Amino acid sequence: MGRRRLPRPPRKPPTPRARGPRFLERPGIWFNQHLKTVIETLGRLRANPLPSIMTVAVIGISLALPSALYVFSENLRAMAGGWDQTAAISLFLDLKVDDQKAATLADQLRNWQEIARIQLITRDQALAEFRDLGGFEDALDKITKNPLPTVLAVYPVPEHASPERLEILQERLLDLPEADFARMDTLWLQRLQAILDLVQVVALLLGGLLGIGVLLIVGNTIRLEILNRRIEIEIMELVGATAAFIRRPFLYTGAWYGLLGGLTAWLLVTLAILILQGSVSRLASLYHSEFRLAGLGFSDTLNMLGASILLSFSGSWLAVNRHLRGAEAH
Amino acid sequence: MIRFQNVFKRYPERGEALSAIDFEIQTGEMVFLTGHSGAGKSTLLRLIGLLERPSRGQVLVNGRNLGTLPRREIPYHRRQVGMIFQDHRLLPDRTIFDNVALPLVVTGVHPREIGRRVRAALDQVGLLKREQATPMALSGGEQQRVGIARALVGRPPVLLADEPTGNLDPDLSREIFELFERFKYVGVTLLIATHDFGLVNDLRHRTLTLDAGRLVGDTGAW
Repeated sequence: MGRRRLPRPPRKPPTPRARGPRFLERPGIWFNQHLKTVIETLGRLRANPLPSIMTVAVIGISLALPSALYVFSENLRAMAGGWDQTAAISLFLDLKVDDQKAATLADQLRNWQEIARIQLITRDQALAEFRDLGGFEDALDKITKNPLPTVLAVYPVPEHASPERLEILQERLLDLPEADFARMDTLWLQRLQAILDLVQVVALLLGGLLGIGVLLIVGNTIRLEILNRRIEIEIMELVGATAAFIRRPFLYTGAWYGLLGGLTAWLLVTLAILILQGSVSRLASLYHSEFRLAGLGFSDTLNMLGASILLSFSGSWLAVNRHLRGAEAH
Repeated sequence: MIRFQNVFKRYPERGEALSAIDFEIQTGEMVFLTGHSGAGKSTLLRLIGLLERPSRGQVLVNGRNLGTLPRREIPYHRRQVGMIFQDHRLLPDRTIFDNVALPLVVTGVHPREIGRRVRAALDQVGLLKREQATPMALSGGEQQRVGIARALVGRPPVLLADEPTGNLDPDLSREIFELFERFKYVGVTLLIATHDFGLVNDLRHRTLTLDAGRLVGDTGAW
């Protein structure tokens, strides 16, 4: 057995320890232990890549779904917001009404108290615009007579912008002898707004459900991890590890899952936007729009990561509280 | 250092494991605890390590009444009591060094200090050269010595050993007991449960004998 030294005498019998938070007694060691655990738990995830990746992927997908739905509805909202300047009512005049009469009528309407603004689109302007839209040049060239009517775009004052008031205004406009027919343009916008509200509530509900899913997934993963390391935990308890010390790596593992899962979700949403960006731009250009899809903003991203970490941490906390009660004397 | 006062331990399944146990062990004593299997040796050790609490009576270690020790104080008590098991209880996926370092790691000892103390402990049990091996690569006697190094690395004033030589041949057993005797000389209080009556008679230390949960013999200090 070779050379041996005698063990040192044990130190004098320890005095009962003072109570109080232990990190206040030795802050450096407390901090070092935490930092060590943070690094060790990441190392453990890396040492076991396949199950770790699967858990992270499940969290990522669960969070990507509601986030994507949210981004989608935010984009639609931004797009719809761009159309706020659309006239509430388009009044199509009879083909017999010439430009001068139309201008007089427009002046007349500008005096109505319900109306804030009138934009006159003459038949020639309408034809030119139509030509610009593309694809119709050939057809238009074959037409000798301009088939398009004069249009008065009517912008109501805000007090008369509600659907009911607009309907009354529409009736009044139709009573004019020059009027052919009138179309309410903002009604579908209001419907779209209502649909968007619905989509966001669905995103919220979905987010809530999938969030609970993340909580349970991480909880279960940590539970299995605890069961796998039963023997190690038992031995640590035998040599005097505190409950906090034994719990710590599992809690940090949960937080890691949350961070990595959140980053995965961000990546998935961002990738989806990149893939869709091309098609959306093409579609938008057909509508003479410069519209571009917006991704997750900085604060949205932080919120998502925060939620992900919080959910995963809570999941591991639940598992740890259920399965690690600390050293027990039976 | 260790005092039992009228201690009973009853299990719902197997009835009384210990009855009316009374004894006191002074600091720096080395005491054998003998008796046949099932006599209650392990139960008695488990009460000292606070793996269990007595059904009745009081266990005092180092002046502390274990009966009133709150649960969150248990880890701090266990740091004062090194425990050695027949099945070693080593972590098979960790090196010898990491196994021995465990009590220091959980206590938050500085890494530099851990290296120094782990090597000192391994040196004492003659396994300094095997620190990077895993337990599976060691013989039974070597594994037991790793268990001993782990128990003493935290320099606890009390060492408990439960059948430490149960699986070892006589020569190895003697070596282990000689190791324990050296700890006695530096003031560690040792309580060693064994049914190796031959060795107990040869080594001549105070011996407590248990039979069916009762203390039937105490040779007193030699």
